[in-house]
Amino acid sequence: MGIVQNITQGFSPSRRAVLAGGGAGGLILAFSFAGKGAAADGLAKLNAYVQIAPDGIVTIVSKNPEIGQGIKTSLPMLIAEELDVDWANVRTVQAGNDPVAYGRQFAGGSMATPLHWDQLRQVGAAGRAMLISAAAADWGVDAASLTTEPGVVVHAASRRRATYGSLAAKAATQTAPELSSLKLKDASAYRIIGQPTPQVDTAAIVTGQPLFGIDMRLPGMLYAAYAKAPVFAAKVASVDLSAAQGVKGVRKAFVVEGGTELDGLLPGVAVVADSWWAANKGRQALNIQWADHPTSSQSTEGYAGQARSLKAAKGGKTLRRDGDVEAALSAAAKTVEADYFYPFLSHATLEPQNCTAHFHDGKMEIWAPTQLPEPGRQLVAKTLGLAPENVIVHMTRSGGGFGRRLMNDYMVEAAWIAREAGAPVKLVWTREDDMRHDFYRPAGFHHFRGGVDASGNITAWANHFVTFGEGEATARSAGMAPTEFPAQFLDNYKLDVSMMPLGVPTGPLRAPGSNAIAFVVQSFIDELAHAGGVDPVEMRLRLLGKTAAAGGQGGLNAERMAGVVRLAAEKAGWGKTTLGPRQGQGIAFHYSHLGYFAEVAQVAVADDGTVKVEKVWVAADVGRQIINPLGALNQIEGSVIDGISEMYGQITIKDGQVEQANFDTFPLLRIPDAPVIETHFIKSDNPPTGLGEPALPPVVPAVTNAIFAATGKRVRSLPLNAAELAAG
Amino acid sequence: MAYQLNVNGKAMTADVDPDTPLLWVLRDTLGLVGTKFGCGIAQCGACTVHADGAPIRACMTPIEAIGDAKITTIEGASALEVGARVQKAWSELDVAQCGYCQPGQIMSATALLSQNPSPTDDDIDAAMAGNICRCATYVRIRAAIKRAAGQEA
Repeated sequence: MGIVQNITQGFSPSRRAVLAGGGAGGLILAFSFAGKGAAADGLAKLNAYVQIAPDGIVTIVSKNPEIGQGIKTSLPMLIAEELDVDWANVRTVQAGNDPVAYGRQFAGGSMATPLHWDQLRQVGAAGRAMLISAAAADWGVDAASLTTEPGVVVHAASRRRATYGSLAAKAATQTAPELSSLKLKDASAYRIIGQPTPQVDTAAIVTGQPLFGIDMRLPGMLYAAYAKAPVFAAKVASVDLSAAQGVKGVRKAFVVEGGTELDGLLPGVAVVADSWWAANKGRQALNIQWADHPTSSQSTEGYAGQARSLKAAKGGKTLRRDGDVEAALSAAAKTVEADYFYPFLSHATLEPQNCTAHFHDGKMEIWAPTQLPEPGRQLVAKTLGLAPENVIVHMTRSGGGFGRRLMNDYMVEAAWIAREAGAPVKLVWTREDDMRHDFYRPAGFHHFRGGVDASGNITAWANHFVTFGEGEATARSAGMAPTEFPAQFLDNYKLDVSMMPLGVPTGPLRAPGSNAIAFVVQSFIDELAHAGGVDPVEMRLRLLGKTAAAGGQGGLNAERMAGVVRLAAEKAGWGKTTLGPRQGQGIAFHYSHLGYFAEVAQVAVADDGTVKVEKVWVAADVGRQIINPLGALNQIEGSVIDGISEMYGQITIKDGQVEQANFDTFPLLRIPDAPVIETHFIKSDNPPTGLGEPALPPVVPAVTNAIFAATGKRVRSLPLNAAELAAG
Repeated sequence: MAYQLNVNGKAMTADVDPDTPLLWVLRDTLGLVGTKFGCGIAQCGACTVHADGAPIRACMTPIEAIGDAKITTIEGASALEVGARVQKAWSELDVAQCGYCQPGQIMSATALLSQNPSPTDDDIDAAMAGNICRCATYVRIRAAIKRAAGQEA
């Protein structure tokens, strides 16, 4: 089972008990967070993060799922800093799903840094205090007279020194200190935080060691393929199971009745075999007829038609109304009216959805690449009729997440199939399964009307947003907050929303909401800037300047945002760079996930309309401290290119089904099209915040605004259409 | 049918159907899971391995087409002088985010540098365009290839 340990090597509470009671030579520092408040789910917190071996090797648990955001490295860095150890002596391990020990464990919302910046430094500092306390007892001196160097407690007066390894056993018997009493290091003393630190799994990644969910192997494991209806949630009308069973290597083929919830177990046919190739061959032989389904008449064309009707009806629910937009539009020196559209998008994690499950001894044991393990465990328990305590979820490294693995549909499929098969089963989706059964970034339609006065100031802003949903319920990730910029920055502002029903599952895609809203809002600001004869950077500073003195509105601090706008413009040589024909620069900013980002894109548009993004300048304010600069830059560069990539692809619906199936029809950006990226940070005196998402949203409008500067053509609809951008 | 294979310098046997792609023989039959499944239609490059030193997409190469070609996978890359250098550059620059595509990227880069020790940017584009990185670590992939080639930027 070595391979299993490689993939999910965390120490679970049960293993902790074995180690603690078995005299394994090391010990584990467990910290009770009494007084820290119970987690939202009411579970008491007992955190166990640190283990110190006699030889001084420190093992630190990373509580959250690793999906490529570098959390398995950066969270342990926080603990190691305050524990005061050499990073070279630190080993990190992935926690299992264990909300009792670790609280909420998830990869989402770029929340890990803001949620753990204080908490995990305190965990480290508490460990250091217990080691000091142990040395003080040994030496009969006052703990206050002791200091630490990395891995060593020092008593300067008597020149005594003791390694953490030698003190660890005694330290574990010390009372854990009150966390609020701990004094944390001054940033000037940091040895680990702020150092460019390679990911802890880098060596395993570059040598191809088993790390990912899809790499799981269990003794006696079988492989599964699962066919679902192309129309979401349609049932099996008929199927030739014997055809699959006739394929060499196939052990079992069976119908799964499933339910109707799009994020649960959907109906389908499972084929279980000795190898995945055999399972998939069996699946192809099934000749399934799917039952008719009410959403089979839906289409992208149909949505567009409904959106036009809803726009024309001018109905919709008013989410926000400040001042009098209609009067302001009538009084405006110039007005602009524009229809914007963005399409559905797929997450397309490069590791297709997969999960390994083994039902044994009345328990369902699961190994899954998941961003949100606990709801997965609950879904499995509910669907299979098991007690939640009989479902165990191990988190593996994920080959990308981007929000896709916040949903655990593949987990419940694997669990169901494994129980039916009576053997450990690894379910692996094909790329086609993955692209046709995603929770898509919702498409959206925005009808804007805006006005500027004679000085070019924006005086009116109306947005009629047509999105998806039924009754009061907006489809998942298809809403827009009434506080979204430029709300509260304009006297006359209106946001109306209309909805149409949708049979396609939607969900959060990296920087959900923002990845679409930044495009339309920052593009329309640009339109109004040009209408008013105001430079696009100047227009943005005017908007932000209006409330800068008030110290921020709607969660967005205008001063911080103005700071990154100025910096991005300065670094890009805005207004001072000589550009060639059909070459242009565009600027945009967006506030999301507590991060302030402004970006300038420089593009060249070929005569045939092909857009080449040459360079992107990023100005970022995510607080006073970058925890791991190596990871931070990688996240920003990846987000920027990811955003550009999203401008080329789309998911379309016909007859209730997704039309695209693989990377030949849903393109992702490749290395020849990756721009040069230059990143600059403003280290403002604010707590550090996350970097998994907020660099993405501004790049899309920065590019479309640059295309306007280069060609005079306004991109109001994505994906980019070269024919519309061609010269002449 | 039993196929005799040479993988990373070792003789191995796989008893599989002739149409089974090399990818699934490596992963499921031989337990070499470093080579990744991404698309199944040779669009993403995650399954890149070498056959007699040349990069191939294992997801669309049936086992019956391998013949006596010597197969090198990511697990055997360290044994290649160029492969070890590429892995070192990848580690030093910490190229990976999720890391899923990187075995394929490293095998493509190793094949490139074995054929062309001093690639230009255009050479890198041409050799690496078949490998998708969904996390978009392309800036570092390019830098790491240059570092492995001894052309520090």
